[in-house]
Amino acid sequence: MALLQIAEPGQSAAPHQRKLAIGIDLGTTHSLVATVRSGQAETLADEQERHLLPSAVQYSQDNTIVGYKAYENAAHDPKNTIISVKRFIGRSVEDVLHTWPNLPYEFASECAQNVQIKTQQGIKNPIHVSADILASLRGRAEKTLGDEVTKAVITVPAYFDDAQRQGTKDAAAVAGLDVMRLLNEPTAAALAYGLDSGQEGIVAVYDLGGGTFDISVLRLSRGVFEVLSTGGDSALGGDDFDHALADAVATQLGLSESDKKRHYRALVSAAKRAKEALSEHDTAVLEIDSDEFAAVEISREQLQALIQPLIQKTIRACRRALKDADVSKDEVVEVVLVGGSTRVPAVREAVETFFAKPPLTSIDPDKVVAIGAALQADILVGNKPDTDMLLLDVLPLSLGIETMGGLAEKIIARNTTIPVAKAQEFTTFKDGQTAMMIHVVQGERELVDDCRSLARFTLTGIPPMAAGAAHIRVTFQVDADGLLSVTAMEKSSGVSADIQVKPSYGLEEREIAGMLKDSMSNAKQDMQARMLKEQQVEAARVLEALNAALSVDADLLSAEELANLQQQMQVLENVAANADIDAIKVAIENVDKASQTFAERRMDKSINIALAGQSVEQI
Amino acid sequence: MTNYFELFGLPVTYELDLAALSQTYQELQRLTHPDRFADQGQQQQRIALQKNSLVSDGYSVLKSPARRAEHLLSLRGIELAGETQTMQDMDFLMQQMEWREMLADVTADSGEEVIEELHEIIEAQHKQLYQALQRELEQQSAQSDQAAADLLRKIKFIDKLHAEVMEKEEQFFS
Repeated sequence: MALLQIAEPGQSAAPHQRKLAIGIDLGTTHSLVATVRSGQAETLADEQERHLLPSAVQYSQDNTIVGYKAYENAAHDPKNTIISVKRFIGRSVEDVLHTWPNLPYEFASECAQNVQIKTQQGIKNPIHVSADILASLRGRAEKTLGDEVTKAVITVPAYFDDAQRQGTKDAAAVAGLDVMRLLNEPTAAALAYGLDSGQEGIVAVYDLGGGTFDISVLRLSRGVFEVLSTGGDSALGGDDFDHALADAVATQLGLSESDKKRHYRALVSAAKRAKEALSEHDTAVLEIDSDEFAAVEISREQLQALIQPLIQKTIRACRRALKDADVSKDEVVEVVLVGGSTRVPAVREAVETFFAKPPLTSIDPDKVVAIGAALQADILVGNKPDTDMLLLDVLPLSLGIETMGGLAEKIIARNTTIPVAKAQEFTTFKDGQTAMMIHVVQGERELVDDCRSLARFTLTGIPPMAAGAAHIRVTFQVDADGLLSVTAMEKSSGVSADIQVKPSYGLEEREIAGMLKDSMSNAKQDMQARMLKEQQVEAARVLEALNAALSVDADLLSAEELANLQQQMQVLENVAANADIDAIKVAIENVDKASQTFAERRMDKSINIALAGQSVEQI
Repeated sequence: MTNYFELFGLPVTYELDLAALSQTYQELQRLTHPDRFADQGQQQQRIALQKNSLVSDGYSVLKSPARRAEHLLSLRGIELAGETQTMQDMDFLMQQMEWREMLADVTADSGEEVIEELHEIIEAQHKQLYQALQRELEQQSAQSDQAAADLLRKIKFIDKLHAEVMEKEEQFFS
């Protein structure tokens, strides 16, 4: 009998064993989770075989309901049921109320820099709500896969700014997920169709959901994806088709304004059913759930005529996006359809006519983004070590800082490939000045007030000098997820300044830390045990990776450097055997410090080898 | 300061093999992108992030003739970034003012030909300035480097004018 191998959670029993990772499409109206199993990416269903999860959360007195049930309950418990929370992430209450003045929620404050909704369970912010949706999807994945799942790729709209991306990442952390990468939705859709392998050229992704429309133009070249431009309309979607049809039917039935208002909900859902039926059939009968009205027969042509102006709006946005990307229509090699509303034949026809080629439709347009995310998660978690694929994203909106007179000076321009870092020098204007503030904004406009405020960074600890003598070099670093971090150093003294970040929207780091703590199991011992386990696994991983690296490249270190590193590794090995979490943390940090140069030299070596190989090829 | 020519294994010259640059860029992206280290420790990812940022910036500098020239001059000890030196060439400045006045007179109903004319002027200027720039940079003397710096300043003026012409075109004729 073969012995069963039992592995610690998060640690694979054998190097070749597949690691679990999921892709999540955190959508405005609904969300999905997918994973790669037996080489196939597929979305995961709940117990009732439903793949979509409505992005709705109901906070009643003593429990939290996520999904279909919450969505159904929204009508009679609107105050405690939060739907389409994605609209609120990284936004101020003022912004939200300006765009959606008729929301049924009670806000904790009308002028707060982030949305806080009063519910029966207390105050909930968009991060709580998103985290509950993510946790529900994570639970579904764990149930299906039969093991703990922590690694995820989560998709975001390509135009999401720093605050919205950070908010999404924070929500994932609260849901116990480690985000390997935030992936742009159109890029995920293109990945799902395998456009990364073999395909070269321009790809257009046309995404028409229930309430939003996005068009993205991507360039694919040797497996590298670049987002060239994005456009769309955050208030245009399939719901508008339903309303157009409902209005027309109301007129046809001769309904008075008050009758129409009274039955509007029933009218719209009848219109939605008829619209869906018309995707399959030439005619459909529109029946309103009320005995007062006669059934109305609608033809596909009638619906088409009604929604044509809306579809034309999306086509105009496509034209603009192509212009922004500086490409012509005939350069587009593939068109990908995303979103349930692209099932409407008139939409498909309009897209096909505009781009003069049939769009890709073989993958369910509701699932395509989640499937792409799952494929990317599978690669990032390390299940495909030989892949050549690399996703390159760009910064969606320019980053700038506030200068004299409320002007925004651009530091990193929009569409710059990320990750990217830019350094800028500042000086003091007063004798003995030891602190300064930098206001970072995001957007294309010249005035700070017209851009979106991201954060205020306060630098302290600048050594006191005469005015203008201190030269502070501030580095703005944007990572692969499009998130900004800032570091600062006074050049002549080499003193690094401390930075306190005050995000303009969303939550501060300590607030997130608080939510993280709350989210963990309340039993303190469980939490301790879990954190210890995590640190021990991390220690083992660090040591294993370093030993492997040393066995190949130990000659990159001097005898002294090597001895120092090995000593720190020995300390870590000893400490990891005990239960002192903080000691393990410190030991890991020390090993990291001692191996910093080693890691840098190894990377330089790999670059040199590659460059040497290339110049040989070129000869 | 990083020498981007070295980072890309290219000779430190203004004339550049753009195909080799692009090929090396993709190779360096594959070697340094943080996604390549997603299953490794934070330190490895941090180092990758820093190196990869240099690769991206290096590519954007090297592929743009003006920024490449500026980088080359900076490696030779002439720093143009953030300088406050004013343009000395009065003839060039007068010429600039004239073109700017042409642009200012353009309105929605008239002036599409003027925009066309300005585009042609800019193209001709660019061609002339870049050719001169290349000659000066190849000589590698202190004097020719100063001359190259002056030419780069002029190119920046023309680039600014170009941006304004495009903006006006967008505003009235798109």
